[in-house]
Amino acid sequence: MIQVQDLEPAPAPRPPGNAVPPTQADRDALEHTWRDPQGFVGWFSAINHKTISKRFLLTTFGFFVAGGLIAVAMRLQLMRPANGLIGPDLYNQLFSMHGTTMMFLFAVPVMQAISIYLIPLMVGARSVAFPRMNAYAYWVFLFGGLMLYAAFLLNIGPDAGWFSYVPLAGPEYAPGKRVDFWAQLVTFTELSALLEAIVIITTVFKLRAPGMALNRIPLFVWAMLVTAFMVLFAMPSVMLASTGLIMDRLVGTHFYNPAQNGDALLWQHLFWFFGHPEVYLIFIPGLGFLSAIIPTFARRPIFGYTAMVLSLIATAFLSFGLWVHHMFATNLPEVGKSFFTAASMLIAVPSAVQIFCWIATLWTGRLNLKLPMLFVLAFFFILVLGGLTGVILASVPLDLQVHDTYFVVAHLHYVLLGGAVFPLAGAVYYWYPKFTGRLMNERLGRWNFWLFFIGFNLAFFPMHLLGLKGMTRRVYTYPAEMGWGMLNFTATMGALLIGASVMLFAINLWRSRTRGQPAGPDPWGGGTLEWATASPPSAVNFEAIPVVYGRDPVWETADHPPSRPEAVAGLATTAREQLVTSVLDAQPDHRQQFPQPTPWPFISAGATSALFIGSIFTPWAVVWGAVPVAIALTIWFWPRHDETAVNVALEKSA
Amino acid sequence: MKGILRGAVRAVQPVFAGALIAAAFGLQAQPQDVLAPAGPQAAHIQSLWNLTVVVCSIVFAAVLGALVYVLWRRPRADISALPDLSVHMKPESAAMRSVGGAVVASVLLLLLLIVASVLTDRALAHLSLRDALHVQITANQWWWEARYDDEQASNVFTTANELHIPAGRPVIFSLRSNDVIHSFWVPNLHGKKDLIPGRTATLQLQADRPGVYRGQCAEFCGLQHSFMALRVVVESQAQYEPWAQGQRQPAPEPNDESKQRGRDLFLGTSCAMCHAIQGTDASARRGPDLTHLASRQTIAAGTLHNTPDNLARWIRNPQQFKPGANMPATNLSDDELKALVAYLVSLS
Repeated sequence: MIQVQDLEPAPAPRPPGNAVPPTQADRDALEHTWRDPQGFVGWFSAINHKTISKRFLLTTFGFFVAGGLIAVAMRLQLMRPANGLIGPDLYNQLFSMHGTTMMFLFAVPVMQAISIYLIPLMVGARSVAFPRMNAYAYWVFLFGGLMLYAAFLLNIGPDAGWFSYVPLAGPEYAPGKRVDFWAQLVTFTELSALLEAIVIITTVFKLRAPGMALNRIPLFVWAMLVTAFMVLFAMPSVMLASTGLIMDRLVGTHFYNPAQNGDALLWQHLFWFFGHPEVYLIFIPGLGFLSAIIPTFARRPIFGYTAMVLSLIATAFLSFGLWVHHMFATNLPEVGKSFFTAASMLIAVPSAVQIFCWIATLWTGRLNLKLPMLFVLAFFFILVLGGLTGVILASVPLDLQVHDTYFVVAHLHYVLLGGAVFPLAGAVYYWYPKFTGRLMNERLGRWNFWLFFIGFNLAFFPMHLLGLKGMTRRVYTYPAEMGWGMLNFTATMGALLIGASVMLFAINLWRSRTRGQPAGPDPWGGGTLEWATASPPSAVNFEAIPVVYGRDPVWETADHPPSRPEAVAGLATTAREQLVTSVLDAQPDHRQQFPQPTPWPFISAGATSALFIGSIFTPWAVVWGAVPVAIALTIWFWPRHDETAVNVALEKSA
Repeated sequence: MKGILRGAVRAVQPVFAGALIAAAFGLQAQPQDVLAPAGPQAAHIQSLWNLTVVVCSIVFAAVLGALVYVLWRRPRADISALPDLSVHMKPESAAMRSVGGAVVASVLLLLLLIVASVLTDRALAHLSLRDALHVQITANQWWWEARYDDEQASNVFTTANELHIPAGRPVIFSLRSNDVIHSFWVPNLHGKKDLIPGRTATLQLQADRPGVYRGQCAEFCGLQHSFMALRVVVESQAQYEPWAQGQRQPAPEPNDESKQRGRDLFLGTSCAMCHAIQGTDASARRGPDLTHLASRQTIAAGTLHNTPDNLARWIRNPQQFKPGANMPATNLSDDELKALVAYLVSLS
């Protein structure tokens, strides 16, 4: 028997709405409504996008440091020929962990982490969409990473490379649980990445401030939107691949076993169909950082906004059409090779368009050469060099020579560090004052930059030459007669310099929290909406949601006609109300009540992790592990009386 | 046109920073070198390399040049400078022309490189295969087996980790793997080709310059991927023929008591469970064929030089040199080991 009263609770009074400009009472009420709960349980219940983002950033930075220390260990082993510091078993684990960490636990998630902080601020929203799912995605990611490192410390870390080629990673040649931990880590991180992609796409499409039509979205937001769509299309491929691998290993299927009509090459196609877009979904956020930083320090809007957006989209499309250039040595038909050569080379064009547009922006601007700009300039040097060696790798005959050598190691570090990590470091220097309210130390920052830049080139440039001299990848040592000693020694020195620079960076991050110079809302004179709110922003981001009339709203406030509305009035101050707008033109559409903090995403993530980790050991974990997941998710989504009452009141009054 | 291109290549090449650094480190030709071709294929690839490096160097210099110019010439401003919003009002046609021109130039250069790449690829495929030598390579964790095919079954012979090929005569390699994926790569001769279980690949190449070239497995294949090397001895047909003839013979009979004892040990202990020696009862294929072991320059796929001392140390404990290798340690007495080595050294 359905009780009518339950569906129609007694009408509650409509919560009060904010004024424009917001009064102090509005500010206090909104802060109280939107902030995360205090206390022990409160800590696990946090869902504010800024809280989650900061935890996410810290976690990914921790994995970055771990992956970096592993790299230093490898470099020490390779420092001289026939070195006996690290044996092959540990070395294979080290390079597998380094690649897996940097790709799955650092490069992709750090971009999502920083964007779930920035995107709501840049588009003028009070939260990300699906804030609880956002928290869940973070916890799943954390647990997956911890699982991998626990396995590594127990000497059961993966040892078949971050790419886990079968049959080497298959049941016959990789007995034990090492590769299973790798495959499950993929499941963890991809689940997290897919959920974050949904959060980002929905936030960008539906929560933009009124007036921020698609052609006014900041380029960084565009970059993250494109990245999120790429995640949606690329990640399922690797989840499919790794699930097939787990099933081959755990329940005796034969997807990849040639002896039973499976196919070892199937793995490579599935893996690189994900793996190549993966590179671009690390690189495209880097482009977004540049498009945010350059206009601010060139004191003018970006040159060629439309061309930039189209280039991002073109890059995303093309990146799905060139995975085979990782497989040129596998005996391909000629036509296929030519197609993938052409696609691999032509993807340079949209990147070139963006580089030329940035140079044009600088060429016609007035330059304010602050720290973030140093990292941008380093990008031009490093990424362009890495891009050009990429053109070399796109050519089948040249690739056949340098494929799987240190030339590729050099190339990928030039592209990924130059294209993503240098811009990311610049981005941290740029937005740190927004995160904390204080500027990072300029002097330490310059030391950090120069050590990083010099160390980077010292570490990775010689690797081009090593590749041409025949040094293959993933060797734990090499005989002295190969003549690779000097170049390897140089590379190791460079790696140590990078290590020192990262240490300075960490010190700077830590000290500037309390000792940095106070920043104020807009320390660099930026034009996008995040600079229109306090540093650090209040729990609600914007006490009154701004109305947008151009691409650089902060810069364009000066010449507003007085009659235009500046902000949105009337959104509830005692309930979590957010304005939802239309996809194309960001016309106000309706008001949405956002969920309250709750520990259940955390608990659900724990249950999910138990299922994933249990299924490494027995396939039955998929069955019994689903029970706690179902219970936790049910409680998470169970509607609460008081919330329903507020919702109804808001709807009725609208 | 070709001459001009080659001239340009020669003129600009020193600009390439790599060459400068290489010079600074005093690197000379080494056993594995992409840029020291010893045959037509590697030479084709090197020409393409030279062209590509020149084009890339020019692009790199142009981009950085533009950037340096900007840094040098453009006025400075700080945050107090109001952002220049006038660009919204008037089209920036000069900048647009420059960017458009740069994009067009990039596309043309890329097209040039694509065409050059495809033509080179075609040249690689068009090696004349008249009178080609057929060699079947089978990769194993972590060594190479080579079977020299012949129309006459009695002329077929098997060796491991060291190939001899006649200069100027094309060779067709059929590539197979017995376990995981490996990759066959002799940089001075040609690019690499993967050996994938369940598939057969072919690689055709020709070596023109006699010499000893080193190759190495290029696809990560497990614990001893680092020590899966092979040697290719390129020699004149006149030198090759006697070598091949020798390889076809069964192992020489032991001619003294010590070698006799060594052979008995070989056949009576675990050695014969994995290795073959033609002319004896040992015919297992799990490890390298040792019929003419003494004719090779290295042992254990390029891990150690082939000297009696190294052979003894290797047999006593392979794990010391190649941890993870499938060959177990032996507990022969010093005497027995000496006899065994004496026998193996006689297998020329």
